[in-house]
Amino acid sequence: MTYEVNPNGFYGEFGGAYIPEMLFPNIEELRQKYLDFMYDSAFQKEFQQLLKDYVGRPSPLYLAKRLSKHYNTNIYLKREDLNHTGAHKINNTIGQILMAQRLGKKRIIAETGAGQHGVATATVCALMGLECIVYMGAVDIERQAPNVSRMKMLGAKVVPANSGSKTLKDATNEAIRDWINHPNDTHYIIGSVVGPHPYPDMVARFQAVISEEMKWQLNEQTGRENPDIIIACVGGGSNAAGAFYHYLKDTDVRLVAVEAAGMGIHSGESAATSVLGTKGIIHGSRTLLMQTEDGQIIEPYSLSAGLDYPGIGPLHAHLIDTKRAEAVSITDAEALEAAFFLSKQEGIIPALESAHAFAALDKIKFSNQDVIVINLSGRGDKDLGTYIKYLDQYG
Amino acid sequence: MDRLSRLFQEKQQDILNIYFTAGYPNLQDTETIIHSLEKSGVDLIEIGMPYSDPMADGPTIQESGDAALANGMTLEILFDQITAVRKKSDVPLIMMGYFNQMMQYGELRFLKKCKEVGVDGLILPDLPLEVYETEYKALFEEMGLHIIFLITPQTPDARIHKIDSLSSPFIYMVSNAAITGAKVGISDTQISYFERIQKMGLQNPRLIGFGISNYKTYRTACDYSSGAIIGSAFIKALKDAGNLEERIEDFVSSVKGTALHATNTTD
Repeated sequence: MTYEVNPNGFYGEFGGAYIPEMLFPNIEELRQKYLDFMYDSAFQKEFQQLLKDYVGRPSPLYLAKRLSKHYNTNIYLKREDLNHTGAHKINNTIGQILMAQRLGKKRIIAETGAGQHGVATATVCALMGLECIVYMGAVDIERQAPNVSRMKMLGAKVVPANSGSKTLKDATNEAIRDWINHPNDTHYIIGSVVGPHPYPDMVARFQAVISEEMKWQLNEQTGRENPDIIIACVGGGSNAAGAFYHYLKDTDVRLVAVEAAGMGIHSGESAATSVLGTKGIIHGSRTLLMQTEDGQIIEPYSLSAGLDYPGIGPLHAHLIDTKRAEAVSITDAEALEAAFFLSKQEGIIPALESAHAFAALDKIKFSNQDVIVINLSGRGDKDLGTYIKYLDQYG
Repeated sequence: MDRLSRLFQEKQQDILNIYFTAGYPNLQDTETIIHSLEKSGVDLIEIGMPYSDPMADGPTIQESGDAALANGMTLEILFDQITAVRKKSDVPLIMMGYFNQMMQYGELRFLKKCKEVGVDGLILPDLPLEVYETEYKALFEEMGLHIIFLITPQTPDARIHKIDSLSSPFIYMVSNAAITGAKVGISDTQISYFERIQKMGLQNPRLIGFGISNYKTYRTACDYSSGAIIGSAFIKALKDAGNLEERIEDFVSSVKGTALHATNTTD
């Protein structure tokens, strides 16, 4: 079994590039050049330097002692929450802004849901002095106001997506349309391992720094590179792709992908794609997605804006389909409980997305000998407004 | 010979192709719209299958699709409506939609159904040329269905020739780097692109679409190709108040320049 993308952009039967002709020249140029650019020594030098001095990598691998004691096992946290801008998203935007420069692009566009990828994109555009336009659903602009202000302060233009349900899916549609309308000077920085090939593979490779560090950090701390279990939340799936990447072939490592079940998997208000999804095409990629019998895409729901996506990246669809990864679904309530619990146990307020990964500890089996790594993909500052509402209930 | 091939054999100039979204403005308007378009002298009709996430389309077509879906439009209903249309009409019909719709219906079942109800060809903008060639070409040919591919100002020459070999009986020439309904008017840059394509000696005739909205742009498109495709401007016209059939006739005659006021509708 292979978990690498093939030359046509497929992981097993998932992936590809189902794009209109208008996008073909840009996608084709990227497909032809991304690997050469990415593994060029000057590129790597600049990328690594920025990850170290600007992002603050390596992010620590931290043995969470009180949490481990509570679950009677050994839990390590990969601290992506400590990165500059507060999440793993910046790993990808640093990589893609260097890519955009080498492609000679002057104008950067991005989509964002909760605003984390938008902030990470606005940040790297400021860093490189490039024009930045971020598409964000009008509904998300309302509910994620602090991140909208951040992007504006960083010099980005935030454009509301007023079509469809006015959330992440629609922001992505608007960004794609912008790219169709600006075929020559624009690079689209997609924020997750979704979209047409080569995006899923490119984003996974930029995020792979997470598992690359985990290997040597675990070796330092435990004497072995491989944990028994890695747990990560999955919306589109970029933090999970990064945390799994260097372990995909090591089948002794269990990979746990945690999805948002919203109000409950079958409540009609959910984003549990591995359970509710069927094979189809979303944003140019053949993958699992939530849709009607007629192929109309269903609007997902999760309290966490970062997991509120009706599909998953094609790599994850393949991992779940081949049973290489196990999928766990976590409700809003379970995620909130886990967020408050982690805050008090370890003094870390996680992003609501990452809290889903911690809630999975109550759903999966493990032994007291196991080494478990949870990818703590982001910090909870952005979710404070939500957490405050639930302080009396869970606090 | 099929309806679509016959049209292009009989007519090489001033072909008018009108797009509408099925189920808009009302669920049951499909028959009225098609018959009125045909009666008004439209040569070819493109029926849009409304889709939740139409990434190549602009806001006008997306909104009409959202409204059509809210009206309850489904592929089954649409196929029934086309069956009814075919009892009275022989106008060439093309269905336009996204590949996921065909995939969920079942590719073979979808193509069989299209043939059965009297659809002549398909436009599926997100079905890539290469995937079509390796996975679906044989099926389309077996069913006797046409597929029409798009070219844009950015499409490299070699790729245009490949599209020319797979598209039939025409090529959908996107007038500009744009989504549907985005731009008004035709620029000098576009004219030089039209001329460049004209000189390529392609086997297929071209119809120019995107940004064609009125008499003036329709005439310009006809000067450089076999005709034009109008979508967003027609959808907008359907929004206006009044009798649906009259609005359609007014719109088509204003585009074709057969209406008394045609000379005034130049923008």
